[in-house]
Amino acid sequence: MNALVLAAEEAKSPLFPDRWEMLITFIGFVILLFIAFKFIVPAFEKVYKDRADAIEGGLAKAKAAQAEAKAARDEYNQQLESARLEAQKIREEARSEGEKILADFKDRANLESARITENAHKAIEAERAAAVVSLRDEVGTLATQLASKIVGESLNDDDRANRVVDRFLADLDAEQGRTGAAR
Amino acid sequence: MNPALRIPAEFVAPSTEDAHLPPFFEVGSFAFGKQSLLILLSVVLIAGLFMFLIRRRAMVPSKGQYVGEMGYGLVRNHLGRDIIGEKDFRPYVPLLFSFFFFILVNNLFGSIPVLQLPTLSHPGSAYVLAAIAYVVWVGVGIKRHGLGHFMVKMTMPPDVPKFLYVILIPLEFLSNMIIRPVTHALRVFATMFAGHMAIMVAAAFMAYLATEVGGVLGIAGSGFGLVLGLFIYFLEVLIQILQAYIFTLLFAVYVQGALQEGH
Repeated sequence: MNALVLAAEEAKSPLFPDRWEMLITFIGFVILLFIAFKFIVPAFEKVYKDRADAIEGGLAKAKAAQAEAKAARDEYNQQLESARLEAQKIREEARSEGEKILADFKDRANLESARITENAHKAIEAERAAAVVSLRDEVGTLATQLASKIVGESLNDDDRANRVVDRFLADLDAEQGRTGAAR
Repeated sequence: MNPALRIPAEFVAPSTEDAHLPPFFEVGSFAFGKQSLLILLSVVLIAGLFMFLIRRRAMVPSKGQYVGEMGYGLVRNHLGRDIIGEKDFRPYVPLLFSFFFFILVNNLFGSIPVLQLPTLSHPGSAYVLAAIAYVVWVGVGIKRHGLGHFMVKMTMPPDVPKFLYVILIPLEFLSNMIIRPVTHALRVFATMFAGHMAIMVAAAFMAYLATEVGGVLGIAGSGFGLVLGLFIYFLEVLIQILQAYIFTLLFAVYVQGALQEGH
């Protein structure tokens, strides 16, 4: 080896290595490799891993928040839907209730009007009956008076007879006018 | 500096020795020179820089940590995950990281004034790195497939007529098991060496024209040398980064090939 080195130094070939430089290179490189293996690479890998974990954790958290928001929205929608249904039910009930009340009032009003009408009819009937009774009385009286008048006077005198009849009729008219006004 | 440059009227190109300065100290045959110092400096720089940048391990990175993550992520994701594959790349990340940044910083030393020496232009360092890479990917292949099956994988490409194996087996063995590691080492060494020499030549050319030839022509020529040198300098920066990437990329491809099922 030594002879070779000497020979090389004489030849000055640029390809011939210096063994001490080789040794230093080897030692230096191995030290660097050791540091890289032991410290540098783990440090960088740790940062990469932390970052990846943080991003994945953030994504998971975001997903959870999204799911929660969706659940809340679904619940809200459901509540809204049920509230709407309930409102509709209440409205329906109110309408039917109103209709019932209205029908009730109509019935009652009809009944009332029927009752009033009937009362009126009854009153009229009573009046008429009373009128018929009184008329009958009066007609009897009048007939009697007329007869007595006719009998009391001389029936020879045509003029007198005519006057009596006229007076009777006038009286009858007057009587009728009075009762008519009273009615 | 170089006595050759002082001899007037005769230009002597810089040689390999100019790239090998005398060592700082020697103990017996052990010589510790600028190149060795730079290697150790690179280890301190890389380890220190990345440890500093990631010191907080913050989930939301500061600017510094972001830069560190970009550098680390380039190696981890583009060289590791994308080439070796999602399933297997993790154990190789430290090695890929060390290869890339070790070679990158050592190459860039060639473009930093005063340091001005790409350490891999000294072939020993390139051999060592390529040897480590070779041992690792061959070891990984043997561990994954067993020696016999791994050798079959490396020397017997599938879907080839049987009789061709007579030629193919020696050729494939030579190509995959011998030429591959050699080129892996020489590629980075040769580009660094050549780049270093090119800059030295440009500098020597400039100095020679300015000091020895002189006159209007000499100064003008020297200016041309300066432009040429600057051009080579920036080209060199590009190549230094590229070679670090290529070395690591090839290593990842070799590991991926060794791990691959089938064949």
